[in-house]
Amino acid sequence: MARVTYDYVTRTIARTLGAPTRGYFLLLGSAVGLLGVGIITLLFLLRYGLGLAGYSHPVYWAVFITCFVFWVGIAHSGTLISAILFLFRSGWRTAVYRTAEAMTVFAVMTAGLFPLIHIGRQWYFYWLIPYPNERGLWPNFKSPLIWDEFAIGTYFTVSTVFLIMGLIPDIAAVRDLATGWRKKLYGITALGWTGANEQWRHYTRGYLYLAALATPLVLSVHSVVSWDFAMAIVPGWHATLFAPYFVAGAIYSGVGLVITLLVPIRRLFHLEEIITVDHFENLAKLCLLTGSIVSFSYVTENFVAWFSGNASERAAFWYRAFGPYWWASWTMYICNGLLPWLLWSKKVRTNITALFVISIFVNIGMWFERYVIIVVSLAGEPYEPWANAVYNPTWADWGIMAGSFGWFFMWFLLFVKNFPAVSISEVKEVLPPPKRVAARAGARHA
Amino acid sequence: MTTHFHVPLPKPLHDIFRPPPTPGVLGVFAHLDATLEAIKKLRAAGHADFTVYSPIPRHEIEDALGQPVSPVRMFTLIGGIAGCAIGAWLTLWMSYDWPIAVGGKPIGSVPPYVVIMFEMTVLFGALSTILGILFNAAFAARRLGTIQYDPRFTNDRFGVFVPAASDKAARVEAVLREAGAEEVRRG
Repeated sequence: MARVTYDYVTRTIARTLGAPTRGYFLLLGSAVGLLGVGIITLLFLLRYGLGLAGYSHPVYWAVFITCFVFWVGIAHSGTLISAILFLFRSGWRTAVYRTAEAMTVFAVMTAGLFPLIHIGRQWYFYWLIPYPNERGLWPNFKSPLIWDEFAIGTYFTVSTVFLIMGLIPDIAAVRDLATGWRKKLYGITALGWTGANEQWRHYTRGYLYLAALATPLVLSVHSVVSWDFAMAIVPGWHATLFAPYFVAGAIYSGVGLVITLLVPIRRLFHLEEIITVDHFENLAKLCLLTGSIVSFSYVTENFVAWFSGNASERAAFWYRAFGPYWWASWTMYICNGLLPWLLWSKKVRTNITALFVISIFVNIGMWFERYVIIVVSLAGEPYEPWANAVYNPTWADWGIMAGSFGWFFMWFLLFVKNFPAVSISEVKEVLPPPKRVAARAGARHA
Repeated sequence: MTTHFHVPLPKPLHDIFRPPPTPGVLGVFAHLDATLEAIKKLRAAGHADFTVYSPIPRHEIEDALGQPVSPVRMFTLIGGIAGCAIGAWLTLWMSYDWPIAVGGKPIGSVPPYVVIMFEMTVLFGALSTILGILFNAAFAARRLGTIQYDPRFTNDRFGVFVPAASDKAARVEAVLREAGAEEVRRG
């Protein structure tokens, strides 16, 4: 770490904003292309209706809601790393939190599209908002779907302002190195930041309170998302376990995506000295912890289904594991229940390639978890066994899903090229400050 | 013969957006401990309204300056309480304004409304915290735009700016140099 000085940190991170390469444009182009696929699919859905996405009795919540929960879940680890670990004073979060936080904002932006696509008539979306209308009607505040709207809206707003707040001192650092139009742009967006004591004094306090507000918020958001299901009486949904189970799963999948994103960023931007193997090991430990909670929830869920003696509950879980969707359920059990156990080994935790591969499987597993909970519980609903039907995703589902990945990566790629993807000022905070005494001691040794 | 009088016109907007620079002395420091020494010496010499620049927040600087706790916390508190109240009002008033019985529950049933009240608490608390920071750091600290600054202060240098009239500047310069400033500028 000897060569990692304040100046090294500023210059290394500012260098990531240099002229984009052809590889970058290729990636950005692919993301925009995927988004185009999504937009074309959406046009077809608008023209022919949601039946195109395989919506039919009894499965009216399918891949779109699965993707919604998946992307909201992805968002959670960002706030965990930026807010909860900030309150815990974990020094290692500084190198990775900006990427995680940007991921949060873009993942919520992606998640927010799915309820809109799912309602079918997007032009009526404002009916969700409590606005004075000519019929004097108001939303039903007893419905978890309205709670969800408030939770996601608040989460998007708060995580966005939290991201921007963290960016201000870093944009100022970039401004002071930049020239030309970039200096002007960063000069405006830095809001006059100079690092004066009067600014830090209010900034650090405010940041602390934002973190303190974001911490219960992040736990509430996925709890509210889980209540979209748990408040209904569908077997497989109706469980008090859902809130902690969903929160742990969300952080598990989010940490997975943080690893997936950080590995290429670190390699491409040459940030090996700033994002070290220790950081990846800590992320892997978070993955292990939350993955273990998820595994424990699977065991509890199945045990309670059996132990309750409730025939419908038992039938739902039997259908899940041995019904027509056995492949989805076992993908979920293996990727989320067994895979994290590999992380007990320090060799695996410190092997970046292994972590990268595991992180991708974590997210495949977590996508299938939502698919299993939502689609399989509805398809094999044991209260009306005569109405059961197997649902299969269609090309329209895959098209919209591909579009969502394109949308997410487009924003993320634009972000990493235009704003510091690693926090400049916070990475410096965990370095030893330059001191005269230390400098003299160092000179003696040299 | 006409005499031309130069009458200075009042320029209120110009005064707000382009205030005249504050005269004073700027010291640039490479080391944190030297900066702390300068702060102590300046305070001992009776200076109170100087500005310290640093690339990162350091508790040592806060302690040396002996600043009071930021009033941002009051913004957070008031915003949070207001948000909670708005959440309660929104849900209860709207329920009774057009009563619809759902699931045999009371028209205004508080437990589900706690979710909305909680989310509104966080939303308003966070937004008013941002306003608090902006208000205090950007608007209340109006002098900040008028004093000397060096782009190295966001990178790896610390800085101390002491407002001083030209007759006092020499003494301040001496204090800053003595504390270990690597560069001292007058402006």
